[in-house]
Amino acid sequence: MRETFWDKNKRTVCNLGLVAVIFLALVAIELFAPSTSMWFSVLRKVCTFSLAAVSMNLLNGFTGLFSLGQAGFMLLGAYTYAIFTIPSEARVSVFRNYGTSVIDFQMPLIPALLIAGVVAAFFAFLIGLPVLRLKSDYLAIATLGFAEIVRGLVQLQQFGPVTNGPDPINKFTSPDNVLVYAGITGVCVLLIVLLINSTYGRAFKAIRDDEIAAEAMGINLAHHKRLSFVTSSFFCGIAGAMLAMCNTSVSAVTFTSSMTYQILLVVVIGGIGSVSGSILAAFIYYSSSEWWLKFLDVETFTQAGTKVPLLGPGFRMVVFSVLIMIVVLFFHKGMLGSREMSVYDGFMKIRRLFCRKQTAKTEGGEQA
Amino acid sequence: MNIVPYLIRGLATGGQFALVAIGYTMVYGILKLINFAHGDLFMVSGILLIYLTASLPTFPIWLSILLMIALTVLIGYLIEKCAYSPLRQAPRMSVMISAIGVSYLLQNLVAYLTGGQPKQFPDIPVISDSVVLFGVKDKLTVFLSPVVAVLLMAGLVFVINHTKFGMSMRAVSKDFETSQLMGVKINRVISITFAIGALLAAVGSVLYFAKNTGINHLAGSTPGIKAFIAAVVGGIGSVPGAVVGALIIGVVESLAKAVGLSDFSDVISFALLIFILVIKPTGLFGEKTTEKV
Repeated sequence: MRETFWDKNKRTVCNLGLVAVIFLALVAIELFAPSTSMWFSVLRKVCTFSLAAVSMNLLNGFTGLFSLGQAGFMLLGAYTYAIFTIPSEARVSVFRNYGTSVIDFQMPLIPALLIAGVVAAFFAFLIGLPVLRLKSDYLAIATLGFAEIVRGLVQLQQFGPVTNGPDPINKFTSPDNVLVYAGITGVCVLLIVLLINSTYGRAFKAIRDDEIAAEAMGINLAHHKRLSFVTSSFFCGIAGAMLAMCNTSVSAVTFTSSMTYQILLVVVIGGIGSVSGSILAAFIYYSSSEWWLKFLDVETFTQAGTKVPLLGPGFRMVVFSVLIMIVVLFFHKGMLGSREMSVYDGFMKIRRLFCRKQTAKTEGGEQA
Repeated sequence: MNIVPYLIRGLATGGQFALVAIGYTMVYGILKLINFAHGDLFMVSGILLIYLTASLPTFPIWLSILLMIALTVLIGYLIEKCAYSPLRQAPRMSVMISAIGVSYLLQNLVAYLTGGQPKQFPDIPVISDSVVLFGVKDKLTVFLSPVVAVLLMAGLVFVINHTKFGMSMRAVSKDFETSQLMGVKINRVISITFAIGALLAAVGSVLYFAKNTGINHLAGSTPGIKAFIAAVVGGIGSVPGAVVGALIIGVVESLAKAVGLSDFSDVISFALLIFILVIKPTGLFGEKTTEKV
């Protein structure tokens, strides 16, 4: 029997359908949700950290390079984006402690985003030259150290005219529209998925599974590791720029190593080596920590006037960390493992559940 | 310029970091796990002492300190039992994530209990007193820290090299499965390793917080990460290496302050870390590993 177009591409088509549904839902939220809705701030954050998580997954999950430098690259992206998009007339007030800013022009959004990525990628290239020779945990430690170095250097007074020293940068272009964030994330994730499915991506996976075997098969280890590291950092830089947009202010103190750990948690909860898992996990992680569990932070009184025990400021994070521990202890492989979400397979599974008898009959018929 | 006070303060911070670094290095040596929660355990032990002295004002302070050390050891033991031991067969990444989760939990729990406000560390008689030694006037804890660290390290090295339990520890760190086959009770060895790490961290926290008086829920992260760097610089898995690494980090940061680069001191210690890793990828005292197919 000849394979039809549908047989070959049914999974892709169904997944594209899912993407379209998500996009329509976002448009609907943007158009119809009341402007005070939590949807907006949460979705902006989800988009930002989905991209960060997917780019970390490219490195940790698909190339097997354990790096903890994400916060550093995001910081570079965020600062670059912020510095290039402050309107000229606002520069004097932002950089008031340092007289004036070295850069004195404003860029449109997309070029600034690209430059943010390029700067992060450039630094990744530089630090990658010595650091990528290290193995597993040592690579993680060295990149963690790099992120802390960047964070320390950016805050120095000597760099004041460029980075505004320890003071935050604000007043730069920061769009409100959720669709802008979703669009940037969508395009970047698409590029990452295309990379993963290309020859390069297969080489990455080979390196992850067995470095020595991959080298024996003729894969240039140094080249591919560097490529993966630089690409991942490029998208990390863009994610950093998006974080700058959603916070409307950039300050080095936010980019601590605990932010990297957060992204790593998202990657692991979603499943190491699963792009759709990372996005799903980012959605669940940020909407539950920022929104769904918010009620735990408020001291509530019942109708009788007694206080509900335990509830109070900070309790949300306690519950949240207990939930994380439960997930980590009982679901080692995360939500999706290394599989990808597939609408078609999910649909087939559900159909099989409901009409087990019927499918059994047809399968039997086919065999006969 | 007189460099002696800076050297002494550097050695003091180094000694305090060393006590934390030993915990990192021992756990890594045995489980190959970066125990991210160790710095937070250090902070928790400081908070415990604050609450103990506040709630038991009639107790003499040394009894509170002993009680605090016992409780810290218990917490260290429980963390291992609840968060790491169920994951013995899981991939290494899961255990590390579990460590990050524990670190979150400890931080958030303390933030919830203290309301995020820094708490005042109690004055501990004798070690909080000012003394003059080598022409430097400072609290006794400053002079005591490196001595305590080196003594405890010497004791630990003796235990590791010359006792039966130490032998089983070395065996487990060399090869997990083979030592299990040879009849080493690995779960007991791992539990005791965590307990020793917690004990040293508790001692370190008394010495460290006796001069830095305010503690909030994030107080453990800086000493934690510095101690961790120290362990890596010294060669993770090696106990004397951790102490040497911590003393180096402490002195280098203190000297950076002496020449007026105090903003740079964090950057310098991380740069030192990367420099050493690039030159000697397993640290100063680390064992060289060759990769086999």
